[in-house]
Amino acid sequence: MTPLQLSSYTASTCLGRGLEAQRRALAQRTSGLKPCDFETVDLPTWIGEVAGIDDVQLPARLAHHDCRNNRLALLALEADGFADAVRAAVGRFGPRRVGLFLGTSTAGILQTELAYRRRDPATGALPPDYVYHTTHNSYSVAGFVREYFGLEGPAMAVSTACSSSAKAFAAGARYIECGLIDAALVGGVDSLCLTTLYGFNSLELTSPEPCRPYDAERKGISVGEGAAYALLERPTARPSEDAVLLLGYGESSDAYHMSAPHPEGRGARQAMEAALRSAGLTPADIDYINLHGTATPSNDAAEGKAVAALFGNAVPCSSTKGATGHTLGAAGAVEAIFGALALEDGLLPGGVHTRRLDPTLDLDYLLENRSGRPSRVLSNSFGFGGSNCSLVLGRSQ
Amino acid sequence: MSLPQSALSAWVRGIGLLAPGLGGWTAGQAILKGERSYEAAPTNLPAPGILPPAERRRASRLVKLALAVGLEAAAQADADPATLATVFSASSGDGHNCHALCETLASDDRQVSPTRFHNSVHNTSAGYWGIATGATPPCQVLCAYDGSFSAGLLEALVQVDVEKTPVLLIAYDAEYPEPIRSTRPVPDAGGIALLLSPEGAAGSLARISAALEQGQAAPLADPALEKLRTDIPALRGLPLLEILARGSNGATSLEYLPPTRLAVQVEFPGS
Repeated sequence: MTPLQLSSYTASTCLGRGLEAQRRALAQRTSGLKPCDFETVDLPTWIGEVAGIDDVQLPARLAHHDCRNNRLALLALEADGFADAVRAAVGRFGPRRVGLFLGTSTAGILQTELAYRRRDPATGALPPDYVYHTTHNSYSVAGFVREYFGLEGPAMAVSTACSSSAKAFAAGARYIECGLIDAALVGGVDSLCLTTLYGFNSLELTSPEPCRPYDAERKGISVGEGAAYALLERPTARPSEDAVLLLGYGESSDAYHMSAPHPEGRGARQAMEAALRSAGLTPADIDYINLHGTATPSNDAAEGKAVAALFGNAVPCSSTKGATGHTLGAAGAVEAIFGALALEDGLLPGGVHTRRLDPTLDLDYLLENRSGRPSRVLSNSFGFGGSNCSLVLGRSQ
Repeated sequence: MSLPQSALSAWVRGIGLLAPGLGGWTAGQAILKGERSYEAAPTNLPAPGILPPAERRRASRLVKLALAVGLEAAAQADADPATLATVFSASSGDGHNCHALCETLASDDRQVSPTRFHNSVHNTSAGYWGIATGATPPCQVLCAYDGSFSAGLLEALVQVDVEKTPVLLIAYDAEYPEPIRSTRPVPDAGGIALLLSPEGAAGSLARISAALEQGQAAPLADPALEKLRTDIPALRGLPLLEILARGSNGATSLEYLPPTRLAVQVEFPGS
């Protein structure tokens, strides 16, 4: 692919609002996970909750979009001057030439879960204040952001479970490549809800302790929430040395099982190989891998095998989910931004909560932070249904 | 009518169609070109024999629909579905599954079934498609509410243009039960599949081009077909299928995201 510049980017997770909060937590190796106290959920697990979502107010003209997911979307848009950067892009290119590609797995389904507690006892009807279109529907978060900025170009929600927002980057890049748009607002938003907490629990995939990716004794995921965005544009003629570029993307399908990865990581490897091909790079060109690393026994084993097969143990790698929890449909975007921070700051984040690397996986897994000057990083995101996506980011020099 | 230079184009190699009263492309084609009159009937979803037994038991109406139209389009082009990149576009996931999950989560015993949970993701049909066909190429799954058909078509055209590879578009939607049905009244299952290719290979049916423009979608002249178009989001693509059925060059405008619509032009080789 022709490299694209991330001309602005931001992320908000349980580590805090905006990039400085992410940077500080990654540098200090702190985790935002806490015992689950979300809503009325009673499960022995840990979560990564973004503070302050309940206090966010949508503009009155957009009140019909009000739900936890869209509040989180707005909270994150307003960090790091990102919304201003989007408005500036709309000013430069016009509202029809800025595309919108957002990943989400559950959008505002919490709204429906709560409405089902308030059904009319006689008729079973949902309460009159319930709005399906702009809260529950998978497109709702993209619809909200589109209206918020007055965009009139192409827009869609990508919903491939936990690879959603990595695939949103790939989609945005393609729309620019074929000339339909000049800038793409890409990213992902996913918020806590009962479906995912009870659902992952039903699959026995939630950990009773803070998740420990790639640990020999890992016990499953900690569900998190988060939102992260980037503005993709063609690079300026002379991008600054520190400009972060999207260099490649790779997508594949496992064609194996709905909720378990291919045991040898076949699809994971295909996605990583395709991303390297798209970037015109070889495995030796990659300086850090942000792993999908959910901390389920099967995910980390499959991904670890695929990474070892392709990169050997030569490339430092880690999962940042011990810090953020698994932000599901937002994970691809959150972790692409963590890759961008690694490029900018020269800090390779060590995995938090992981004590002893799974001895069956021969990898350079970072248990401590490492400083360096990475030029190119790879970020992996894999989802239910066997949907895989890898992204390659790099500095322009 | 002519499209701007920025229009994207591809060759149609196969078509799939399943909707109330439209049982497959061959039968539907005769109705869409006016040779036979439309008779309303519930959508008849075939059993997904291609799935392994465990997945077949768990396959929802939505999964059966997506498999049926996708396989029909691939078969028409004599293409091996295992080799095809796919774009799945739906305005919602499985409504019955969603309803059952929400009922459980609102009850005193919130223990949901693992199958219900993994069937709740928007890419469920795409996952079953992969298991059924063995397809490992990229698979996109998207939603754009009532603009989902056009969003899927646009995404498929973008992929054909950029990746220079055939792409199978599967646009599909099915109903919610009450009480969500009252807020999202989709009456039945309906889907359209198009196998698109970068070149006019042998057997190509027509070349389609599309571009975004301002304005509203064009309705269908037949009131019954027009009702299908507006009732089931995936069938917002019916005006395009009507032109493909008639076999002569034509143009129409499909619903997308207001204030934008997708202008589409169809040209047949030799005409």
